[in-house]
Order: sequence, then C-alpha cells, then structure tokens
Amino acid sequence: MRALNRKLWRDLWHLRGMVAAVALVLVGGVATYIMSLSTYDSLLFTRQSYYREQRFAEVFASLKRAPQTLRARIADIPGVNRIQTRVVASARLDIPGYHEPVSARLISLPGSGQALLNVPYLRRGRLLRAGRDDEVLVNEAFAEAHGLAPGDRIAAVVNGRRRQLRIVGVVLSPEYIYQIAPGAVFPDFEHYGILWTGRKALAAAYDMEDAFNDVALSLYADASPQDVVERLDRLLARYGGRGAYLRKDQLSHRFLSQELRGLRTMAVVFPTIFLGVAVFLLNVILNRLINTQRQQIGILKAFGYRDLEVGRHYAALVLCIVLLGTALGILAGIWLGKLLSAVYTDFYRFPFLHYRLEPRVVAGAVLFTLATGIVGTLYAVRRVVRLPPAEAMRPEAPPVYRPSLIERLGLQRLLSQPTRMIARHLERHPLKTLLSLAGLAAAYGIVMVANFQEDAIHYMIDVQYSMAQRQDMTVMLTEPVSHRALYSLASLRGVRQVEGMRSVPARLRHGHYSHRGSIQGLQPGGDLRRVLDGDLQRVPLPTEGVVLTDYLADMLHLRPGDSLTVEVLEGERPVLEVPVAGLTSEYLGVSAYMRRQALNRLMKEGDRVNGVLLAVDRERHPQVYRQLEEMPAVAATVVRASAVKSFYRTMQETILFFSSVASALGAIIAFGVVYNSARIALSERSRELASLRVLGFTHGEIAYILLGELALLVLMAAPPGFLFGRFLCAYLADAFRSDLYRVPLVLEAHTYAFAASVVLVSVLLSGFMMWQRLRRLDLVAVLKTRE
Amino acid sequence: MDTASVFRVRGLRKVYRMGEVEVHALRGVDLDLYGGELVVVLGPSGSGKSTLLNILGGLDTASDGEVRYRDLDLTHADEATLTDYRRRHVGFVFQFYNLIPSLTARENVAAVTEISDSPMAPERALALVQLQERMDHFPAQLSGGEQQRVAIARAIAKNPAVLLCDEPTGALDSTTGIVVLQTLERANRELGTTTVLITHNAAIAAMADRVLHIADGRVGEVQHNERRRPASELSW
Repeated sequence: MRALNRKLWRDLWHLRGMVAAVALVLVGGVATYIMSLSTYDSLLFTRQSYYREQRFAEVFASLKRAPQTLRARIADIPGVNRIQTRVVASARLDIPGYHEPVSARLISLPGSGQALLNVPYLRRGRLLRAGRDDEVLVNEAFAEAHGLAPGDRIAAVVNGRRRQLRIVGVVLSPEYIYQIAPGAVFPDFEHYGILWTGRKALAAAYDMEDAFNDVALSLYADASPQDVVERLDRLLARYGGRGAYLRKDQLSHRFLSQELRGLRTMAVVFPTIFLGVAVFLLNVILNRLINTQRQQIGILKAFGYRDLEVGRHYAALVLCIVLLGTALGILAGIWLGKLLSAVYTDFYRFPFLHYRLEPRVVAGAVLFTLATGIVGTLYAVRRVVRLPPAEAMRPEAPPVYRPSLIERLGLQRLLSQPTRMIARHLERHPLKTLLSLAGLAAAYGIVMVANFQEDAIHYMIDVQYSMAQRQDMTVMLTEPVSHRALYSLASLRGVRQVEGMRSVPARLRHGHYSHRGSIQGLQPGGDLRRVLDGDLQRVPLPTEGVVLTDYLADMLHLRPGDSLTVEVLEGERPVLEVPVAGLTSEYLGVSAYMRRQALNRLMKEGDRVNGVLLAVDRERHPQVYRQLEEMPAVAATVVRASAVKSFYRTMQETILFFSSVASALGAIIAFGVVYNSARIALSERSRELASLRVLGFTHGEIAYILLGELALLVLMAAPPGFLFGRFLCAYLADAFRSDLYRVPLVLEAHTYAFAASVVLVSVLLSGFMMWQRLRRLDLVAVLKTRE
Repeated sequence: MDTASVFRVRGLRKVYRMGEVEVHALRGVDLDLYGGELVVVLGPSGSGKSTLLNILGGLDTASDGEVRYRDLDLTHADEATLTDYRRRHVGFVFQFYNLIPSLTARENVAAVTEISDSPMAPERALALVQLQERMDHFPAQLSGGEQQRVAIARAIAKNPAVLLCDEPTGALDSTTGIVVLQTLERANRELGTTTVLITHNAAIAAMADRVLHIADGRVGEVQHNERRRPASELSW
C-alpha cells in the first residue's frame, strides 16, 4: 500500500494545524500523567534507599531514664536485630548575630562515632572524633537557615548550663526529614535545630552516665513488630517509658508519608482527569475529522478497497497523531518529572535523588492513548464505510433543519438570518452540540481544579489562626507546673492575655482503632484557643468528657456518647475511659479537647499546666521572646507568625508548585479543545460559508456565523463547566483528607474568573486564527466542484 | 464485438431517501450489455442514469429486480463480494474526477494498481492517456481535462472488464471534453473494455455502438449506430 502510505504522510502534513492541536491535548494529558507518577515513584524509591542506607530504625521509644544494663534485656526480645540507645535532650541555642531564641534537640552519638541506626548522612565537614566533647554535627536545613558551616561556634544552654560548641559537620538524617519542634505543626528551620554530639559529654550534662532516655531498634524480617512494641513497652514502663511506637507513627516518617500520600492523590487524580479529558477530546475530534474525509473514503471504496483496508489506513493516521502526542507528552513528562522530583528532593532534603520512570507507567500511557484513539477511530470509520460508496461520494443529503426552539416560541424577529443559522445548526446536531459542550465544560473544570487549592489553603489558615488558634505565642514547659506560674507570665510587659493548658501524651483507643496523640486540657471559656464546629461557632467544653476533631472521631469510629479509651503515656500511665461529649471541625491536625481542670482531675493532679498561650503586643514580641528564653522551665516557644510563614512555605513548595504546573497543562488542554472546536467547525462548513461569500455576505458576516457559534457554545458550557470543576475540586479535597490537614472546599470568585479567562483567551486566539483562514476561503472552487 | 452478455439487467428498481423525500430513481429497467461494446446512456439530469451506473458498478444496491455481471448476481451480493467485484472488474470515471488530492497523478493510479490482480504499470496507463509528461503533478497542478485523463488512466490501469463513466465531460469545455472522449475511445478500442458512458449531451451519442435513452427511471428508445463516429469529429 505504498500509495496509501504516501497519502497518509501528505494528509498528516496537510492537516498539520489540527494534528498539532490534537497532539497538544494529548501532550497535556500524558505529560501530567508521566510527571506525577514518575515523581511519586522517584520519591518513594529515593526515600526507601535513603532509609536503607542510613539504617533508619523500625521501633522507637523514649523514656525518663534507664540503666545501660537494660540493653541486654531489650536484645532478648524476639525479633530485635540492632539496638541503639541514646541520650536525647532539648537545649536552647545562641547563634551569633541572631537575636531570636532558638531551641534544639541534642542527640547523642556513640563514642566510636559510628551510629548503628539512624546514621546521619554527612554533607559537609566531617563526623565527630572520639574524645572531643565540644564537637557537634548540625542538620543542614538549620545550618542553611543561619548560614552555619563547619568551623563555626555556637553556644548552647544545656540543662541550665551554658556550653560552647564547635560545628564540625553538616548532616542529614532520615529521622528528621520533617523536623518539627514540640508544639509546632510545621517545620521552622530558623527556630528549631537538630544537633548530634558525643555521648559522653551529653550524658554528663544530663546525669545520664551509663544510662539512656531514648532507644531505637531494627527488626529481623520475621519479627512481629506489634509484639516487639508491647514487650518493649512493658520493659520500659518502670523507667518512665512514654510508649514505644513503630516507624509508621514516627513523626517525621508519618508527616512525610502523608505528604507523599497527598502527592500520590494528585498523581492519580490529576492525570486521570487530564488524560480522560484529553482522550475524550481526541475521540470527538477524530470523529469529526473522519467525517470530513467521507468522500475520500467513498472513492477508496469505489476502487475496491476493503473496509478493513480503509479502516487500517485511518487507524494509521490516528496512530501517527496519537504516537506523536504521546511521545512528546512522555518527553515533556520526563522533563517536568525530573524538575519536580528535584524540587521535592530539595524540599525534603533527601541526600540524593533516584529518578524512576517505571516501564509500566510509560506502557500505561501508550496503551491507554493508543487503545482509546484506535477504538474511537474505528468507530468513526465504521460509520462511514457502512455507507454504500455511491452515497459516501455524494455530498450528505441536506440535513433536515427546522425552526429552532427560539423561533418556535415566536421570537424569530429577535434573530437575524445568520443568528438563525447558528441556532438551527446547533439544534440540528444535538449530539455534536452536546459533545462540544462536554469538551468545553471539561476545559473549564480542568483549569479550576488545578487552581482551587490556593483559595482553600488561604481559607484554612485564616480560620485556623484567626479564629481557632488566636495566640501570638505558644510556650511549651519542660514539665507540668502549678497554674500559678501563669501569673508570672501575665506580668511580663507586653503580654495582654495568658491561658494555661495541660497537654497529656496518650494513645487514644476505641476497639481496635487507635491513634497516638495527646489530650489538650484547655481553659474553659478561653479566648485565645477556641474549639469550633463546622459553622465556625464555638463548641462549649463540657464539665466532663472530651471533644474530638471530627476526623479523629471518624478514624476511631466514635460518635458522641461513646466512650474513648485513653492510655496516658506519661507518669503513672493510667488507662482512662472518657465519654465523647461532642465534635469539633478543624482543618489542621486532629486533637482531643477537655477542660483543663477535668483533665487534671482524671490525672489525679492539681490544677497544673505545661503549655501557655500568650497574646502579646506586636512591638513587644522580641523582648517577650527573649524573656521567655531566659526561663529554665520553658522548653520551646512557637511564634504564630513564623508558624504561618513556614506553613505557607511548605504548601508553596509542594502542593502549590504541583498545582501551578498542572494549571499550565490544564490551560494547554483547554486551548486545544477550543481551537479544535473552531477548526473542525470551519472545515465542516467552509463550503457553506464560501457559498455565502459568493452570495455577497461580507467576511465579518460569515465570521459571525462561525465564531458566533463558538462563542455561544463557550457561554453555554460555562455553567456545567463550573459545576464539573466544583465536583472535581470536591473530589480532590476529599481525596486529600488526612490527620495532618483537611482542605476545605472553598472556591473564590477568582478561581471561576481564572478558568473563564483561560477559556476566553483560547477563544480569542482561535477566533483570530479562524478569522485569518476565512479570509483565504476559495470562493471559485465552491462554484466549480460539487463538494 | 463479443456477443456474450456481460451485464443482464431485469426489472431493476431503486428507491432512496433524500432527507424526508422518497426518490424513485429507477422504475423497472431491462437491458443487456455485451463484451467490448461502447454504450452511451443518454438522458436528462434526474433521469436515473447515475443510479443505474452506480448499481452496475456495485457502488449501490438495487431495491428490486435482477442485475447480473456474467455469473455474478449483484442484486444479492454482500458488501465483501461487491468490494471484490469493484476491485477486480470495474473501472470508474466520475464527472468530478474524484482524484485523491494528496497523491500525484502516478500515485493516484498506483493506489488502484496496488490492489489489482494483473494491472498495467501506472506509467503505461498514463502514457495511454498521453500524460506521461505530467506524472508527478498533484491534481491541483493539473487542468480539468488532465485530471479527467488521470482518472481514466486510473480506471483502465487495472485492465478492468468494464469501464463505467459518469458524465466524464460534464465539467469540461468541449475541446477538452473531446480529448477525454478520444482517450476513452482509444482505451475501448485497444483494450477491448466494455465501456458505458452516461451523459446528458446528445452529441456524444454518435461515438457509441449503441445508445440507450433513459428518462424518468426507465429505458426508452435503443438506437444502434451503423458506424461509430470518431470522437475527434464530434462537436457541441
């Protein structure tokens, strides 16, 4: 079939404008798909390698103090492979030239220098040398936030004593990919650092010689993790154990997993939508393209070409377009995927990146586009080849037009002749009109879904920080103290309001559902920390019982009236039964709230607090901050302003970056849809329009018939498009729910406006291109040939 | 002239719908066509002559009656049989040439010879219509008469048993039309192809062995020409 092959290439060249537009739509869909999935696979694989190479532990526990001799008994637990006992302490740092207080976590490394588990990854400088007590390693994010380098000195207040430390190395750790200060929700690299230092010196400072307060384990493959956790828990109970937990509950790992889960959601949802829309459009376009080839199909059949041969010819045509689009999409996807993976690698501070493009991902894209393209083509070709060739070669019988609905309603005087043509044409081909509308509606929706998260995140922050957590500073104390301590804080100059809270770490359990978190004892009627319901109304704290975040209640399968089991993870570690009194709606985190006094009663303690919320005059922030730092009882202080800043940073670098890429690809698809709609309408009607020109219509008048129809379609598609977009956003918001945060479905007017603008710009561009083409309409040819 | 009947048509009827209108294109046609003869079917537009040609060529099927090509029953043939029939036995020439615009003259002919059993080389077919100089031109680069001659080359290149021509000069001026008719005459004479030529132009009738007058879906008068006038002597 050499001649047919040549026809194929020449047709492709002749139709290059349309080929490019169809391919563009596919590029948008396939690129999103490849980018998302390869980024997700890469991060997962990179994290896995990182964990393996740095021997990230599988079981963790912290406790008050246990003798080193306990190590042997831990080793006896069946399934335990490696054991790392450590001294972990908090400290406050003095960074030269930085005037805000900085807190840090100090972690001991064995005297030999080489850790068995949770091995820091050296980025710059060197590891610790035995016997050098003042040497420390600092984590990279913190070092970069302060411009610290090996050789620099910093001062630390360790257990009330000031010590000079010398930085020898900058490191990364699998344990602190997400490093979050106690009491904070998101990482804040400026105000919180992780430091590693020799065990001897740290143990001496904390009275931990021949003792430890933190242990990490790795397990053999055949171990039962839950069993190890329970045995370890029993072993540590009398040493002030705060509950052993598995890697899945480790803070950094959990947050990272949630992030990756969010990414996977996007990696599935976006490409599914984009590719789905792209393929749908492909089919609409092909269908119409093949209809314009009706006569040529008739000729081929008249020569004696078999249906199968004709089908194969057009399938090959489509195959070329689809392969072109898919190949470019894959290339663009790889490029964007590498870019995105690098951004995430940077953000998570993975020491390296293994970019992974799984063959199944590529195969998935190719098979999906090819299969749908070919099925669509064959369906379209089948409709044409079913016609007897004599009929296929004849121009289509004049379709049965009738007065449109508007005219039947007697409003025809409102419509000019060209407007009537538009209305009748749309009504005459209801299916085609419907498909065009569906395609355009998808274009609106696709732009909206890529964009809505920004609104939602702003709203989320606004509610969280201006209505629920209104304090300027949150002070975490080293241990619970009498509520009378609040008076001394209230007396600081610049402090307007003080609320004390009592936070108790606990495992919250209901049947076999459990969540490791804490119970927050709040001051009843407190004005700074408010518990809100879905309508942002305050939920009063009951005298007895606990109020749960609705998401936590869902996780634990609890309803108001049920009883929650609270396994306290400090002190005497009592197990309590507390009735669920009500639910609260929050977007950030999950919590269980009680009245402070009620919680203390349950703990059989007096009215004690271990956290303080402060409202502070703006201009007094630095002074108050400094004074807090001087107090030995203060473990950490979180400033709202920097929490909000770091939250936005997190969002900006992860979700919003992804969204903006998706948004651009969505816009490309939207343009492809609009352009194709216009281009095919032109090729279907160029003869009719040329005839009108011959009859004396002006260029503007025939452009009105063509572009007026497009404009009408675009307008009609807006309401269903917005609805579709809203539905996609709701789906995405739902898929994103996690105990880290829930994105509310908030769509601001500008999200609609942006979607409409993208479509409008596409219409204007396409309209301009059609206008130019109409100028070149060959009027004489129309008179000479019959079609 | 071969006296064996190539086509045998009895009681042929064709009704089709154009939009909401039912058109009775053929209302009972009887005719026989013989090997090697050149037959002109003459009739005004709308008389049903194109429909007759389409059915003879297997492009369309009859509503009623019988159409046989040699031993093949075209009335009851399925789509695959008709396709095979067109592929092996029939050459078409249409009023508007219906060349494939994206292929050159040579490739347009090759598109057909590639699927035929014993075709002549596309170059030879184009030489027969005296277009050997313009083989590599695209349809858009050829005049109407040249395009029609490419269409004839395309039709005869497969060595068909019958050549069916639907108003082959309809879109051409008389000088060019005569060149096209000479080409058809030559193909008929040199290749012995049974040729059916339908037209509304009575002047063309003189070059035929037989002339069938068709009107209102029926064959009326059948006229035998004692002597075929060469196409070069025609004028209109």
